[in-house]
Amino acid sequence: MATPAIDGWFTTGEQPSLLGTRCVTCGCVYFPKQDDYCRNPGCDGSEFVEHALSRTGTVWSYTDAQYQPPPPYQPPPGDYRSFGLAAVELPEGITVLGQLADGYGVDDVHVGSPVELVVETLYVDDEGPRTIWRWKPTDLDGGTR
Amino acid sequence: MSDVAVLGVGMHPWGKWGDSFVKYGVAAARAALADADVPWTDVDLVVGGETVRNGYGGYVAGSTFASALGWNGARIATSYAACATGAQALDVARAKILAGQSEVALVVGADTTPKGFLAPNAGERWDDPDWLRFRLLGMTNPAYFALYARRRIDLYGATPEDFARVKVKNARHGLSNPNARYRKEVAVADVLGSPVVADPLHLLDICATSDGGAAVLLTSVDYARRRGLTDPVRVRAISTVTPTFPQTVIDMPLFSTDHAGVVPAGERTFKESLAHAAYEEAGLAPEDVDVAEVYDLSTALELDWMEDLGLCDRGTAEELLRAGETTIGGRIPVNPSGGLACFGEAVPAQALAQVCELTWQLRGQATGRQVEGARVGITANQGLFGHGSSVILSR
Ligand SMILES: [Zn+2]
Repeated sequence: MATPAIDGWFTTGEQPSLLGTRCVTCGCVYFPKQDDYCRNPGCDGSEFVEHALSRTGTVWSYTDAQYQPPPPYQPPPGDYRSFGLAAVELPEGITVLGQLADGYGVDDVHVGSPVELVVETLYVDDEGPRTIWRWKPTDLDGGTR
Repeated sequence: MSDVAVLGVGMHPWGKWGDSFVKYGVAAARAALADADVPWTDVDLVVGGETVRNGYGGYVAGSTFASALGWNGARIATSYAACATGAQALDVARAKILAGQSEVALVVGADTTPKGFLAPNAGERWDDPDWLRFRLLGMTNPAYFALYARRRIDLYGATPEDFARVKVKNARHGLSNPNARYRKEVAVADVLGSPVVADPLHLLDICATSDGGAAVLLTSVDYARRRGLTDPVRVRAISTVTPTFPQTVIDMPLFSTDHAGVVPAGERTFKESLAHAAYEEAGLAPEDVDVAEVYDLSTALELDWMEDLGLCDRGTAEELLRAGETTIGGRIPVNPSGGLACFGEAVPAQALAQVCELTWQLRGQATGRQVEGARVGITANQGLFGHGSSVILSR
């Protein structure tokens, strides 16, 4: 039974999405969740509701991790394999980091590429697979290069 | 009159010496006092740059350095502002001098750093973004630098060769700098032949972590005059402004930018606003700058900074680089000290090291790396959690 590597940051169904919060007073969206105070300097709101972020966006920039990151990174089982990373601009005006989906790397995206959110296994511990959100390129041939 | 004088500067060479940060700080402080020919007993304020990896002594750095130099009854303060620590410490000293509460202030920063990636402190910290970014994403510091570098490639047509040229230039600049850790020529092929850490950045595009210490002796202009110095290097601006909400450039160590859907983004990015505030405070413009020391945590970041400082238009830094304009002898030399490429980063000392270099440049004492006739210099850096600085010095 796969469980999220962190509670409450994303949903895991067919159409997973990131879970942030929205300030009831001004409408500003926060990811990760912000429940105690609104960081909009013109707002003193303190009431928040859960807010699912857009599942699709475009790549703001991207890279990869060719060396195994240090702890507390938990490597997946087996030999180290590099993985991609992307910062993705969502239509509501917030840019969110994530790894690229399994099997995708820096050659599969460019600035502006469309991606969608998926949930995949990040590592395995005593409880079984631990999952995380990732960005999956959706237009592999539509790039500008 | 809002200037203060830089009467003395000093450094302990950068390296991997394995000694206590206190030793480096004291060496740098004594060098700055000797440079100014001011006795330690004249110092009435010590401001230390905090180091977070050296226990209690590091947390109370102002006290640690004052005690090591021998208690003399001075006031003390300690500042921490990530990479901008040294500039914030300098700002504290300047404020006390301008308020008439200090005449002679010694600002010291020093660090001893571990090898390899800067990793978060041990233990499980599920509410700390700096811990979580490693745990959930494997997002190291170089990965953030690589995001910025990649945008230069995709948006402005930069190449990995351009990034390598920054390293080649800075390596040449630092060749005869006695305080630099790396003093060796590097070729473009060396950079491109080094392992890729985070695409498109190679190992030699990314700065190391180092031990080192730097100190600046700030005084009132009046005190300087009484010591016979009528034309000292002056601090014209110390900008340590925060970002403005919403910050729309993804910033280490965060998972996301602010949301720009309710409050529109401002006209300047955080890094641009750091420089803008410095120019405003100094009453100077980018055209007035003769030399710049900028935070090249990666080679590509040096190119970003040139544009953030207004030294050239957005997307054109590579043209200046390729034309040799940022090399000593060019129109606007950048990082004549050799920069972080030749030093490696010693966090609480680094912003002070930038000020030391500019002071030597403006005095015409930067032997082997002098920018001829330099009258105005600017520094820039950015660190975690909304910290950054830009300092302007002039003759
Ligand atoms: Zn609000």
